[in-house]
Amino acid sequence: MNARYGMFIDIDRCTGCGACMVACAVENNIPPLPAATDRKGVTWIRVYRIGNGQRSAFVPVMCQHCGQNAPCVHVCPQQAVDVDPATGIVGQMPQRCLGCRYCMAACPYHARYFNWWDPVWPRGMEQTLNPDAAPRMRGVVEKCNFCQGRLHRAKESGGQFVPACVEACPAQAIEFVDLHQSPPPANSFRLLEKLGTDPKTYYHSKRDWVREIANAPGPGGAPGAGKENRRG
Amino acid sequence: MDKDLIARGVKRCSPRQFGMWLAPWVALFVFGLYSAGLCLAKGLNQTNMDNRFVFGLWIFLDLAIIALGAGAFFTAFLLYVLKVEELRAVINSAVVIGFVCYSGAVAVLLVDVGQPLRSWFTFWYPNVHSMLTEVTFCISCYLLVLAIEYLPIVLRNRRLRDVPGFLVFEHELHKLVYVLAGVGTFLSFFHQGSLGGLYGVLRGRPFAFREGLALWPSTFFLFILSAAAVGPSFILLTTWLAEKISGKRLVRRRVFDVLARISGLLLAVYVAAKALDTLVWINRTSPEAGFPAAQYYSWRPFGTWILFAEIVLFGLVPAVMLLVPRVRARTGWLVAAAAMACFGVVLNRFVMTIQTLAVPTLSFDPFLSYYPSWQEVGTFLAVIAFGVLVYSISFRYLRLFPEEREVRQISFFTTETRRHGENPKNFSVSPCLRGE
Repeated sequence: MNARYGMFIDIDRCTGCGACMVACAVENNIPPLPAATDRKGVTWIRVYRIGNGQRSAFVPVMCQHCGQNAPCVHVCPQQAVDVDPATGIVGQMPQRCLGCRYCMAACPYHARYFNWWDPVWPRGMEQTLNPDAAPRMRGVVEKCNFCQGRLHRAKESGGQFVPACVEACPAQAIEFVDLHQSPPPANSFRLLEKLGTDPKTYYHSKRDWVREIANAPGPGGAPGAGKENRRG
Repeated sequence: MDKDLIARGVKRCSPRQFGMWLAPWVALFVFGLYSAGLCLAKGLNQTNMDNRFVFGLWIFLDLAIIALGAGAFFTAFLLYVLKVEELRAVINSAVVIGFVCYSGAVAVLLVDVGQPLRSWFTFWYPNVHSMLTEVTFCISCYLLVLAIEYLPIVLRNRRLRDVPGFLVFEHELHKLVYVLAGVGTFLSFFHQGSLGGLYGVLRGRPFAFREGLALWPSTFFLFILSAAAVGPSFILLTTWLAEKISGKRLVRRRVFDVLARISGLLLAVYVAAKALDTLVWINRTSPEAGFPAAQYYSWRPFGTWILFAEIVLFGLVPAVMLLVPRVRARTGWLVAAAAMACFGVVLNRFVMTIQTLAVPTLSFDPFLSYYPSWQEVGTFLAVIAFGVLVYSISFRYLRLFPEEREVRQISFFTTETRRHGENPKNFSVSPCLRGE
């Protein structure tokens, strides 16, 4: 039977330490890019900080691995994006990517990243590169693929695998599951569920205000969200 | 040498004056080539686009000039298919404008993609479900059609006609003109629509997403309609500009009147369709996706004024102006209305490109702004300069306005007869003066 890989993320457990982001970058050979800004950098997971004015919480957002009708898949003009029917993972083929960035415009989760620079590692650091993940060239799009290198290794050895972020999280806030075997908890929610993208990443929080903000409908629909940028 | 290349019976400025007119545009073009070269050599990090603002000035420019360049296909359709004979006076100019707009757009697209050398991948691994595939196929094919349509105009140059082979080739090409007009119309309808569909299918961007008919979202049809409406206005505007800059009358007033009527009528239909589409989007499409439409307009500078400007100020108002004969009869109002119509469609393309990306989708994501870098502006200006250069050279050496000689003779006789106290209406222009 085909798998349907997904994630459960417990927002209440996430401390915003960023270990998942670092582990992801190391595992997937994401270059340091010293000239990159927050808006031009490559990070397959972005940890958002949300707050209600008194308390804060952290929401890790990566590719949500939407269902068969993923918004990024049908827009790619050269079939560089697909949903693997065997795993449910939304894959990206950098070797075929033209760099038109239409998939990035289509993604409601802003979880796709463009290589604005050539990947360069400081001298000596290239020896730390992971041989299971091919570095991507300048001018192509990339995104979370649930650590495809680990998946291939697991297939070869016949074992199980978990993505690097799951392994690195000290609070065990991220859980990697086969949704066929582990249905999501009853009170979990998915981001922008009304859009009908059928994402395979589920979030959970016992705090009402967190659920209200993270699951609020519409742009800036959450009270206080993006307040510093919102005028009028 | 220069004199021999200019068509018989028309007057052009001295080569020195012409050189002085071209010089700043050449400088701008060279600067733009340098900017584009930087982006190609060093990568798109030279731009101010980022992971959120993945499209910027260039895609906006592409959408805008492709809409304005629609005059080429629509004029050809009206002339060769619907037999609106008055438009023969501007068809050559329309073809050159179309060629300039489409070649400029394709050139900018090649700079805009991260891996330009992989552009052929779209033809080799086409995703038939992608609107961008449709756009790529149709734009490339239509650019080829425009190049073939442009070629006979070039070959009709006074000196080139001396080469018998060229004359025969031009004659043979001219026979294809009806086929080319039909093919061009088909391709244009599709890619103008696909450019609208490009945004309309973005389910993940409820600001742009629209319901539609079968495979196509409503923006598919709105883009076709708006491009067809604004194309004749842009032809009118450029012809008027060419008259003002060259100091000559190039077409009879009747041609302006026909262009204005067609543009006004289509613009009125477009405004009605756009208003209906906006109402459906505000009341049904967007709320169903969980996004109350009012939220989109809570971020400055994108207030509701932009919607009013797009539909009423630069849509309904110019449509009425172009349709009312008394307003249309005054050149100043006519040109102002055509310019407003063009601006309205350009504003629509701006909204679809920039506002779509500025508005966040995640509830905890902030609103972002974007300003193009000088390299982006330079490349943008190169396209404008390229257009002016190609059009200026074509205007000087090719017969962009076949009626020019006749109009010149008419105005000459009118002046002369008025001087001698006779009625100019009694004159008819002989076929030899018309260049037949």
